[in-house]
Amino acid sequence: MPDGAKPVLEVRGLKTVFRTRSGAVHAVNDVSFSLREGELLGVVGESGSGKSVTMMSLIGLLPSPPADVCGGQVLLRGVDILKATPDELRRVRGARIGFVFQDPMTSLNPVFTVGNQIMEPLRKHKGMSKAAATERAVELLELVGIPDARRRLKSYPHQFSGGMRQRVMIAIALACDPEVLIADEPTTALDVTIQAQILELVKELRQKLGMAIIWITHDLGVIAGIADRILVMYGGQVVEQGPVREVFRAPQHPYTRALLRTIPKLHGAREARLEAIEGQPPILTAAPAACPFAPRCAHAFDRCRAENPARHSIDSRALGEGHDVACFWQAPAPQEAAHA
Amino acid sequence: MLDARDETAPLVQVKNLKMYFPIYSGLLRRHSGDVKAVDDVSFHIMPGETLGLVGESGCGKSTVGRAVLRLYEPTAGSVRIDGEDIPALTPEALRRKRPTMQMVFQDPQASLNPRMTVADIIGEPLDEHTTLSRDEKLARIYELMDQVGLNRAFANRYPYAFSGGQRQRIGIARALALNPKFIVCDEPIAALDVSIQAQVVNLLEELQDRLGLTYLFISHDLSMVRHIADRVAVMYLGQIAEISPRDALYAQPLHPYAEALLSAVPEPDPSGAQQQRIILKGDVPSPANPPKGCNFCTRCPKVMDICREVEPKLQEAAPGRQVACHLINPL
Repeated sequence: MPDGAKPVLEVRGLKTVFRTRSGAVHAVNDVSFSLREGELLGVVGESGSGKSVTMMSLIGLLPSPPADVCGGQVLLRGVDILKATPDELRRVRGARIGFVFQDPMTSLNPVFTVGNQIMEPLRKHKGMSKAAATERAVELLELVGIPDARRRLKSYPHQFSGGMRQRVMIAIALACDPEVLIADEPTTALDVTIQAQILELVKELRQKLGMAIIWITHDLGVIAGIADRILVMYGGQVVEQGPVREVFRAPQHPYTRALLRTIPKLHGAREARLEAIEGQPPILTAAPAACPFAPRCAHAFDRCRAENPARHSIDSRALGEGHDVACFWQAPAPQEAAHA
Repeated sequence: MLDARDETAPLVQVKNLKMYFPIYSGLLRRHSGDVKAVDDVSFHIMPGETLGLVGESGCGKSTVGRAVLRLYEPTAGSVRIDGEDIPALTPEALRRKRPTMQMVFQDPQASLNPRMTVADIIGEPLDEHTTLSRDEKLARIYELMDQVGLNRAFANRYPYAFSGGQRQRIGIARALALNPKFIVCDEPIAALDVSIQAQVVNLLEELQDRLGLTYLFISHDLSMVRHIADRVAVMYLGQIAEISPRDALYAQPLHPYAEALLSAVPEPDPSGAQQQRIILKGDVPSPANPPKGCNFCTRCPKVMDICREVEPKLQEAAPGRQVACHLINPL
């Protein structure tokens, strides 16, 4: 595990507001995190928690207006890409930061062959000749496990199944050897047996290529299997962050704790009744003045409803390095499992 | 809540159910084949029981649910619900039968009419099947809203004003309006966020306890099915691979597909304690052109020569467990 490695990507105090005619939506509120060399950072949260918007804001993929990335810094190897000109940004996207979207059906262009779409970033960013790009495209398709790659270059997206299309998307994202790969719910639209294939592929690719990955999902099971660190988002902000084993063993934030308890288990004792988180996620019409989880929180007290807690480290490591949480409540120490 | 007469008889008995969708092709639109969405499926559900029906997209699980309630006209087979053969009923008899069997749909957005208020939506089955007065009807609507945890004050609002979880509660209230015995729940939580799923599942369980309901719970979420179902049927490509009591299936699946499916579910436990994953190769074949022999033979890690020739029958492999696989010796 690449502990103490240099950050490839550092996000500081990112804020994104959607300004619409029916009012503002504060989708991302003061989000900070870092991504280290060779690390897989899992980002979890429910719909509307701001996880996708955060990542889209990083690389300027949100249409503006209505979106307004109005604060913060995004440092890619120390250089703030929020200040980049559209032209500079274009040289970052697809070349230094690759992106895999959730739905492989709609993110490939149906009227171009798969080969054409893999070669596009190679020709644009790397200035490769057509022949060289073709060779590299064959290599990439083989890398992501598509059999008979050379012939498949001439196929159109509709000739591939969902799982195969997602492999193609990964091949496109990897085309220019990006330093950072951002995958937004890449397996959510797939069946579990196909999801297992893709997760296995990502593990293999990490060993071979060693790039840093941000993996957005709402499935804590997926995170547990592949991530080094986890970032839990709620109401447009980071509520907990830490090494994946520590967060699963000793979750600090009441939201993380409730989320882990609310999923039924596949093995072990079967729960008589599921623990539900009552209430609804917040609607972010104003910048949060209090803790966004307070209305649903079993541990909330007066301070939670008056003040928005800042993230603080729960161990001796610096903020963002170890395990931190944004909560006024003190979680009790975890009870060691029954076998101890 | 159960009928006094015979508690050991199944409430729902499905035998050799087939649901084929014809393919027409060519200039003359000739019948050139069939999509065998459901191909010879048999199972039963006891009164008060929940049967989980699991499988991947396209395996035919939703089609089973719809054919059982005769929302599709089944191609062949019998479906006996509370003693009556549903596919054989006349339209008028089917209409009289409808109140006893209801459905909760996957997408609460698409299954509620956006131009009707909540009270209209929940009250529509009452208009159709009962002769309640206005006041009686309103009293029943309020009673149903209380049962599913919706605030009575919202009776005159439209579906758009509700969140996904609340919309699903409206759909459940509508299904309950006529006091059904049997409800098909078709992926009722798939469109909801994790924190909301538990709310809806808890509600379904409470209602089952209180009203003695029988559920066919269709889902691709194997952990949730383990939580809610008493017995589980695993489907693959239009057929049932295995039906087992819940605990037996999750402890030791017998069919190789059931085994692979369970091992593919990622578990929220980063300690690495999860057992070895079985990674299936390739994709599901098309139900318009299923492979010869066992329909799982193209992806099965334990495939034998006989599997490519002879179709295995669903047979009793252990008490209460039925498996369709040549590797399993029948009792």
